[in-house]
Amino acid sequence: MTIQLQVNGKARTVDVEAETPLLYVLRNDLGLIGTRYGCGLGQCGACTVIVDGKPVQSCDVPASAMAGKNIVTVESLGTDAALHPLQRAFIAEQAAQCGYCASGILMSAKALLDVNPDPDDAAIRAALETNLCRCGTHGRILRAIKRAAKEMRGV
Amino acid sequence: MAQAKEAAPRKLPGSLETNRRLDRWLTINADGTVSVTPGKVEIGQGILTALVQMTAEELDIDVSRIRLLPATTAVSPNEGITSGSRSIQESGLALRHAAAEARGLLLERAAKKLGVTLEQLTVKDGVVTARSGGSLTYWELAAADLLAREATFDVVAKGHEEHEVVGTSLARLDIPNKLTGKPSYVQDMALPGLLHGRVSRPPGPRSRLKSLDVKEIEKMPGVVAVVRDGSFLGVVAEREEQAIRAERRLARIAEWTQGDDLPANDPRHLLTLKAEAEVISEKGDPAVKGARQFSAEYTKPYIAHASLAPSCAIAQWEGKKLKVWSHSQGIFPLRGDMAQALNMPEADIIITHAEGAGCYGHNAADDVSFDAVLLARAVPGKPVRLQWMREDEFGWEPFSSPMVLRMNAALDDKGCIVNWSHELWSHAHSTRPGGKGGVNLLGAWYLEKPVPAAVPGNPPLPGGGSHRNAIPLYDFPNQKVTNNLIRQSPLRTSALRALGGFANAFAIESFMDELAEAADADPVEYRLRHLKDPRAKAVIEKAAAMAQWKAKEKGDGERGRGVAFAKYKNLAAYLAVIAEVEVGETARVTRIWAAVDVGQAINPDGVINQIEGGIIQSASMALKERIEFDKTGVITRNWEDYPIFRFSEVPEVEVALINRPEAPPVGAGEGTQGPTAAAIANAIYNALGARLRDMPFTRDRIVAALSA
Repeated sequence: MTIQLQVNGKARTVDVEAETPLLYVLRNDLGLIGTRYGCGLGQCGACTVIVDGKPVQSCDVPASAMAGKNIVTVESLGTDAALHPLQRAFIAEQAAQCGYCASGILMSAKALLDVNPDPDDAAIRAALETNLCRCGTHGRILRAIKRAAKEMRGV
Repeated sequence: MAQAKEAAPRKLPGSLETNRRLDRWLTINADGTVSVTPGKVEIGQGILTALVQMTAEELDIDVSRIRLLPATTAVSPNEGITSGSRSIQESGLALRHAAAEARGLLLERAAKKLGVTLEQLTVKDGVVTARSGGSLTYWELAAADLLAREATFDVVAKGHEEHEVVGTSLARLDIPNKLTGKPSYVQDMALPGLLHGRVSRPPGPRSRLKSLDVKEIEKMPGVVAVVRDGSFLGVVAEREEQAIRAERRLARIAEWTQGDDLPANDPRHLLTLKAEAEVISEKGDPAVKGARQFSAEYTKPYIAHASLAPSCAIAQWEGKKLKVWSHSQGIFPLRGDMAQALNMPEADIIITHAEGAGCYGHNAADDVSFDAVLLARAVPGKPVRLQWMREDEFGWEPFSSPMVLRMNAALDDKGCIVNWSHELWSHAHSTRPGGKGGVNLLGAWYLEKPVPAAVPGNPPLPGGGSHRNAIPLYDFPNQKVTNNLIRQSPLRTSALRALGGFANAFAIESFMDELAEAADADPVEYRLRHLKDPRAKAVIEKAAAMAQWKAKEKGDGERGRGVAFAKYKNLAAYLAVIAEVEVGETARVTRIWAAVDVGQAINPDGVINQIEGGIIQSASMALKERIEFDKTGVITRNWEDYPIFRFSEVPEVEVALINRPEAPPVGAGEGTQGPTAAAIANAIYNALGARLRDMPFTRDRIVAALSA
């Protein structure tokens, strides 16, 4: 079926079967490979995107249910020339090892900071509860999000 | 520069010894860049950034001039496997020396052209300047023949006091792309005409395909091929979700034999199997006995690498030639096993490395590569991308072996250990491709004409496999260490971060605490008392200082702290850990302090990042992780079945680096695993007075230990 999607501010039309998970449409039809497959079950968060302001695990939602919604992926977060404060903070804290979880964590973090610009440690941990990191980079990621939040608040 | 002066060559540094041509490692390009082609690969540990630093340092060029090329069997030096925290020693020291030689050759040319002596030349970012005036750049001086020669011993690399790039925390070069959604992994590779594959595996390792009618699968939307070769089963489709759907249908209609002969899931099953016993260390006079005897038994279950990304590969046949893109840790051994399984010349296979997620050892990277090759054979000329599903990875990756460790010791009247015995039981810890007399690729064992696996084994000592870190670094007058290897295992086992060192260090360091208590000694002082190596003592003292450790400190029934130490493989990184736990219904690790000594730290922040990560991963394994299986096969299939630490559970970790620029650099990736688990067990004991000797330290185990 033909599905109209709003991705990173652009109208996109794809022709896929209705139950195709959003993840594969993003990666394979729209070339947005920053969103990654980790489990296909909504358990690990590697595929997290923001839909209408909320973090959503794109492996677990059919593309057809996303029609008309506003989808934001890591590709729109910042550019090499103008990185998002979260990306700058992740670099400053070297908050990655293999980096496979990073896109999903950045999107969960962005969704949090968009509604809570000054989250405490517990709020950040809660927002990342469905994002797994196997390399054990958690401490750096928490520091990076606090650093970005501070920068975004202009303090 | 003269050729090597001696007829019989001495040993060259690192992997240069086995890959002597300089142009296998480096190319000086006319465009102002230097291409570097290490055979070691990035697995999330940041090695490539450290290798760039070591190369730039010796060449006296800015790091931005270096272009890293992916390792490929077509041109890269064969450095075996990226494992064992050996990449700094093997690839790093090779590149350091090769770059130093290249610099020497460039300066020799410059001196000749400028008509000056070598002593008059200085280099800055590739510009060679003579004191008397006149300059030339590397990019002008380089020619194709410059490095077309073998390494010699005529050039000495810089002393550490001259280092300007090495020893700095250069930001990881690969991280920006991974944070901006750029193609970074083999999973992301786009090739024209790419098709998608999925494999359908049996219910258990002994199951075989009984019957299957593929016709209805072939008619499903997008299906290009159904591949069946014996009990190897898979599909190729135009779209990824079509391949997944077809595989799900395949799984429903395929009938398999059950092969339900797996034993109970208990590490102590090892004790019932026929083992090859080997005494790997024996010293002193066994007749000298201490006054008081102690014994304890520790276990570890099957655990998984559990990479965040299920393994993935792309394969493409072109006539009789084969191209593969793989996140294998050993592209050359993988090529060898593939050639053997397919009965074709190695030279007809090119494997190029492309990153995957962190693997922490031998996961399914090699297996998925061979699976992709088998699927791609059905669609000649077309590239096939195969990513295993989450349930494939949990169900079929090679696991870390269960282990049983029996410890015995005797104390003299001062409480010092005078007799020590460590006996361990384990399956093999290395069944990677490259084994002798077989093929270590999962798919090959299920073919119509199966190609059997090599006999499972261990890397030899001093590094060792199941016996890694089994020989204590402590100084005991009498000691005996026995390795009981049971090669054939119910579930496939192979290398996971630290191999047997995880359980061996856990047992040694837990037992040390038990003995310290028996001797009424402080666990920090007790360790120092039995150590001679000053670097070992230094990390323990540092960790104790960081944690403000108090002699014989006692937990309060809820909170407690514990210490542990190991020198990885007894020849690499020194690490001491102090863990703080809070035990309620479950144990929670609240804080960790660690001190590490890796000799010369090439990239200090990179070392700290590895140590922090290793600590958190090991803590997760110790508290939560265990693979479950029934009579037929693995039943752990997803993250709910196999919980790992989530953000809410992760402790605060503080790492101090004892940098020793004058000492040879060693790897940092694996030294954390055993000491962390032991420090947590010791902390739980300190809190509760209950000793946990079986990993994982779950709620049930804590309750059982309290009532024991």
